[in-house]
Amino acid sequence: MSDITADGLVTGSPTRIADVVAKSLVKRRAKEKRFRMYGIAAVAIGIGFVLLMFGTILNKGLPAFWQSTFRLDVTFDAAALNLPTRPVREEGQSMAAFQQTLYEWQNQVTMANWNGLIQTSLQKYLPDAKPASRLRALVSSGERFRLRDMVLADPNLVGQTVTVDLLADANVDVWLKGNIDRDLADNQYLLSPDQRAWSDQLYEQGVIRMAFATSLFTNVDSRSSPASAGLLGAMIGSLFMMLIVILVAVPIGVLAAIYLEEFAPKNRLTDLIEVNINNLAAVPSIVFGLLGAAVFINWMKLPLSAPIVGGLVLTLMTLPTIIIATRAALKAVPPSIRQAALGLGASRSQSVFHHVLPLARPGILTATIIGVAQALGETAPLLLIGMSAFVANVATTPFEQSTALPVQIYLWQANEARNFFEARTSAAIILLLAMMMMLNAFALVLRRRFERRW
Amino acid sequence: MSVQTKPKVVAKDVNVYYGDKHALKNVSVNIPERAVTAFIGPSGCGKSTFLRCFNRMNDTVDGARVVGSIQIDDQDIYDPDLDPVQLRARVGMVFQKPNPFPKSIFENVAYGPRIHGLAHAKPDMEEIVVSSLRKAGLFEEVKDRLHESGTGLSGGQQQRLCIARAIAVSPEVILMDEPCSALDPIATARIEELIAELRENFTIVIVTHSMQQAARVSQRTAFFHLGILVEEGTTDDIFTNPQEKRTQDYITGRFG
Amino acid sequence: MSNYLLIGGLLILMGVAYQYGARRSRAVSKASAKHLHSLPSHYGAMVALACGIPAFGFLILWSFLQPIFVAWVVKSGAPPDIAALSGPDLNQLIGRVTSIASGYGVSDTASAFEREAAGRLSNFLNIVSLAKIVVAACLAVGGLVFALRRITPQLRARNEVEGVIRIVLILCSTVAILTTVGIVMSMFGETIRFFSFVNPIDFFFGLNWNPRFSSTGGGSGDFGLIPLLAGTIMITVIAMLVAVPVGLMIAIYLAEYAHPTVRTIAKPVIELLAGIPTIVFGFFALTAVGPFLSDFGALFGLQIRATSALTAGVVMGMMIIPFISSLSDDIITQVPGAMRDGSLALGSTRSETIKKVILPAALPGIVGAFLLAVSRAIGETMIVVMAAGNSPVLHANPFEAVATVTVSIVNQLTGDLDFASPQSLVGFALGLTLFVITLGLNVVALYIVRKYREQYE
Repeated sequence: MSDITADGLVTGSPTRIADVVAKSLVKRRAKEKRFRMYGIAAVAIGIGFVLLMFGTILNKGLPAFWQSTFRLDVTFDAAALNLPTRPVREEGQSMAAFQQTLYEWQNQVTMANWNGLIQTSLQKYLPDAKPASRLRALVSSGERFRLRDMVLADPNLVGQTVTVDLLADANVDVWLKGNIDRDLADNQYLLSPDQRAWSDQLYEQGVIRMAFATSLFTNVDSRSSPASAGLLGAMIGSLFMMLIVILVAVPIGVLAAIYLEEFAPKNRLTDLIEVNINNLAAVPSIVFGLLGAAVFINWMKLPLSAPIVGGLVLTLMTLPTIIIATRAALKAVPPSIRQAALGLGASRSQSVFHHVLPLARPGILTATIIGVAQALGETAPLLLIGMSAFVANVATTPFEQSTALPVQIYLWQANEARNFFEARTSAAIILLLAMMMMLNAFALVLRRRFERRW
Repeated sequence: MSVQTKPKVVAKDVNVYYGDKHALKNVSVNIPERAVTAFIGPSGCGKSTFLRCFNRMNDTVDGARVVGSIQIDDQDIYDPDLDPVQLRARVGMVFQKPNPFPKSIFENVAYGPRIHGLAHAKPDMEEIVVSSLRKAGLFEEVKDRLHESGTGLSGGQQQRLCIARAIAVSPEVILMDEPCSALDPIATARIEELIAELRENFTIVIVTHSMQQAARVSQRTAFFHLGILVEEGTTDDIFTNPQEKRTQDYITGRFG
Repeated sequence: MSNYLLIGGLLILMGVAYQYGARRSRAVSKASAKHLHSLPSHYGAMVALACGIPAFGFLILWSFLQPIFVAWVVKSGAPPDIAALSGPDLNQLIGRVTSIASGYGVSDTASAFEREAAGRLSNFLNIVSLAKIVVAACLAVGGLVFALRRITPQLRARNEVEGVIRIVLILCSTVAILTTVGIVMSMFGETIRFFSFVNPIDFFFGLNWNPRFSSTGGGSGDFGLIPLLAGTIMITVIAMLVAVPVGLMIAIYLAEYAHPTVRTIAKPVIELLAGIPTIVFGFFALTAVGPFLSDFGALFGLQIRATSALTAGVVMGMMIIPFISSLSDDIITQVPGAMRDGSLALGSTRSETIKKVILPAALPGIVGAFLLAVSRAIGETMIVVMAAGNSPVLHANPFEAVATVTVSIVNQLTGDLDFASPQSLVGFALGLTLFVITLGLNVVALYIVRKYREQYE
C-alpha cells in the first residue's frame, strides 16, 4: 500500500517516508555543515578584524613611546649667552606697559645663542664633525627652548654645567629606529650621509639613547620641531570638553529620562519627544558640527576652536544616548518597587527619587560613562567649529583656543613627516583608546559592583 | 482495555539530567500502538521532560543529558548513528502553546513535507495539505483563506493547524505536550474529539495536568511524581483502582 | 571673583533658608496643634527655592545686560567719530577702556577720551557691582521672608516643590526637541541663503562639483550634488556588502550555534569594534588597509588606489559589522523559542529552521537594522575623509578615489568660517540633504523595528 507515485508524491506506510527522509538527509547534512562553516568564518572574520586593527596600531604606536634622546652635559656659559637683565616695574608704569617690556625681554632671551650651547657640548663627543651646525641639527630644533626655560626658571644656572636630556631630531629618530629603509639613494633622505653616520656613532657611544617620551605628555603640538610635538594641549582640550559634557549633558540627560520614563503623560507630545530622541541618536555626528557652527559660532559669537563650543556640541550629540540608556536603566527597575512606595503614601516624586533612582543608579552611571566615552572619541563635528586649527598653547579656560585628542590624531596623520608621525599618531591613538577603555572598565566595575537581579 | 499487540515504544531506565539536576529517575514504560497514552502528575514532575525524550527535543537544551534506552519499533532512538532529524520526521509533536509559523496556513502545513522532500509537484503538495487539514478537522473552517497568515487564527484553530502540520509528514507517533492548556473549554473539546479520531492511525502520547482529560481521551495512563514514574496502567485501573497511595491522593485532589 | 563670592553667599543663604523653613514649619505645627500637610523638609526646600530662584534669575539676567550697559556708558558723551564705531572696532575700544578702568592699563598711551570714559566706566562699575549685590540680597531675603510667612499647616509645600521639580524636568526633556529644531532651523536658514547664490536645480542635479574659493577671485564655481551623492552611495554599497553578510552570519552563529562560552567571549570582542572612534578606523584604512588592497590588486594586475572608494567602503563595513551583528542578535533572540521548537520537532535541521522560519520571522527587524546601518554609513565622516581620496568626479570605478557629501562638508567648512560666501554656505545645504536622507531612513527603520518588537511582546 505504500508507493511513490509518478509525481514523486509519497503516500502510505511510514517506512517508505522514512526512506525518502533518509535519502534527503545526505544533502541536508552537507548544507547544514556548510551553513555552520559560514557562521564560524564570519565570527573569525569579525575577531580577525579586531585583532588586526589592535595589532597594527600597537605595533606601530608602542615604539613611539620611546624616543631618541641625547644626554648631554651643557655648560650655560654666561659669555656665550649674554643674557639681558630682567626688567623691573618702574614707578608709575602701567601694568600693561610693564607686561610689554617683559615680553620684549623674553624675546631677547629667546634669541640668545642657545644653539651654541648645544653645539659646544655635542662637539665634545665628535670633535671632528664639520660643519658643526649640521651636527647640532641632530638635536630637535625646539629643544633650545628647553634650555631657555630652565634658565628662566632658575637664573642661577648660568655659569654651571648641567646634564640635560634633549630630544633628537625626528629624522634621527626615524633613522635610528629603522623606520626608513637604510639602502635608499642619498637624495631620498632628509639627513646627509655624515649626519646619518654621526647619529649611529652617537648611538653607539650612548650619547643618544631611547628614553621614555615624556614629551608626548608634557609638550603641546609643534610645527617647527616634530620631535617635541606632544599631546598636552589636546589632552587638556579633551578634558575641558569632557567636563562640560559631564556637567551639562549628564544632569540634563538624566533628568529628561526621569521625566519621560516616570512622569510624562502618554500623549502625542511625549510620543513626539520620544521619536525625536531616537532619531537624534541616529543623526550623523557631523550634523551636530553644522549646528555648532551655525548656532554657537555664527549666532552666539562664541570663539572658534574653543573647548566650550566643542563641549556644547558634544553635549547635544551625547544627550540622546544618555537619555535612551538612562530610560532603559529606569525601565529595568520593577514596577513593584514603585507600587510599594506609592502604596505607602509616597508621592510620585518621592517614589522616584527615593526608591527608583537609587536602584537605577548603576545603570545610569554606566550609561553616562558610555556617553562620555563616545564623546571623547568624536572628531567630525569638532572639525567644523575650528578645532583643527594649530594651537601652540595649553588652554587654561574652556574659552581659549585648543584642540582635542581625536582632532590632534587627525592633524598628525596628515603631517608631511609621514615616517615620524605615523608612529606618533599611533601612539596618540593608543592613548585615546586607553582612556576610553579605562572609562569602559570603570563602567564595567560599577555595573558588577551594583548589579542587582530581580 | 489491555494491550494485545507489541508496544510501539519501549522506554527502559530513562534518566534525564539538566546540569546537576536529576530531573527523571529510572523511568521505564511501554507505549502501545494506535492508542492514547496519557502522562499525568503535578507540575515539575518530569512528565514533559520524559515526553521530550521521545523525539530527542532535549538535545536542543544546553546541558541536558539523557541516559537509558528508548526504542521505537526495536530501533534505539539514542543510537549515535541515528540523526534526530530522521527521528523527528517519524515522531511529531504538538506544543503547549500553539506555535504556528508566521507564514500562511498552507505554508505552515506544507513546511514539513517540503523540507523532507515528500512532494515535489504543486498538486501533490496541495493534496497533502488538504488531507492533513481535513484530518485535523480544520479544512472546512479555513478552506477559503489558505493563503492568509496562520497567526491570524483563533487559539483552538491555531492548535489544530499545528496538529495538521505535524501529521502532514505522516509520523508514526504524535507527542502532545499539554495541547489544551492554553485553550478555552470549547476549543479543548474539539481537540479532544480530534485526538480520539487520530487514534485510529497514530500512536499518541499526551501530557496533561487535567485528570478529567486523561480519563476522557486516553487508554493508558502513567502517573509521575518528583521525577519518578509512580504507577502506570490502563486508564480505567489508574482512576478507579490505583495501587499507590500517592496516585490516589493525586487523583482525588489532595495535592498537585 | 566677586561673582563666585556672590554665588557662594547665595547658596549659603539658601541653606539657611532651608533650615529656617523646616524649623518654622515644625513650630507652626506645634503652635496650632495641627498636622503639617507636608514634611518639614518640603517646607525647607520651598523656602530655599523662594530664596534662590529670584536672586539667581536676576544674576543671570544681569550677566546678559551688563555688556550692553558697558557699551552704552563708554559711548555716551563720545565725539561723533567714536560714537559711529561698531563691530570689532567698538569691541576693541570697549576692551581698552575696560582695561584702563580696571587699573591694568594699556601698553601704549591712552587717549584723553579713553581715560575719561574709563573714569566714567569705573564709577559706573563700582556703583553697579554694589547695586547688583544689594538687589540680589534683597531678592533673596525678600523671597525667604515671603515664603516663611506663608507657612501654615495647610500649605501644600510638597506639591509646590514637586511642581518646581517637574518644571525643571520638563525643561530638560525639551532640550532634545530644541536640538532638532536648532538643527533644522540653522541648516534651513543657511541653505536658503545658499540658494540665493546658486540655483537649487544646479545644486541638486548638477554633475560637476568644483567650488572655487572666493579668495581665488572670479566665478562662484560649480555646486553639483550628484558626484558627491554617487560617491556616498558607492561607499555605502561596498560597506554593506562587507558588513551585512558577515554581521548577519555572526549574529546567527552566536545566537543559534555557539556554545555559551564562545558567545560570552566572541560577542564583546566583536562589539569592541563599535566603541572605537571612527578616526581610528580612518587611520587604519589609510596606513594598513589601503596599501594592502593596492598591493593585492597589483597581484592581479588591477590598479587599486590606496585611498579609494574600496578602501573606505571595506573599512566602513568593518565598523558597521558589530552594529549589524548586535542588532540582528537582539532581533533573532526575540523570535520566540516555540517557533524554533516547532520547526525542529518537524524534523528540520538547524540551518533549515534558521533559513525558513527564524529569518523570515525576524525579517522586518533585520531590515530595520539594515536601514539604520545604511544611515550610519551615509553619515560617516572621518573614515571617508581620510581614506576615500577626495575626488569629486562622477565615475563608477570603486578602485578610484571618490568624494562624499560628508567629506565635502568638512572641506567647505574647515578653517575660517565665512557665512557670506556660497563656498561655505554650501556646507549647510549638503548638511541638510544629509540630514533629510538619514532622518528618512531612521524614521522608517525605527518604525519597523518598533512594530517588530511589539509583535513579540
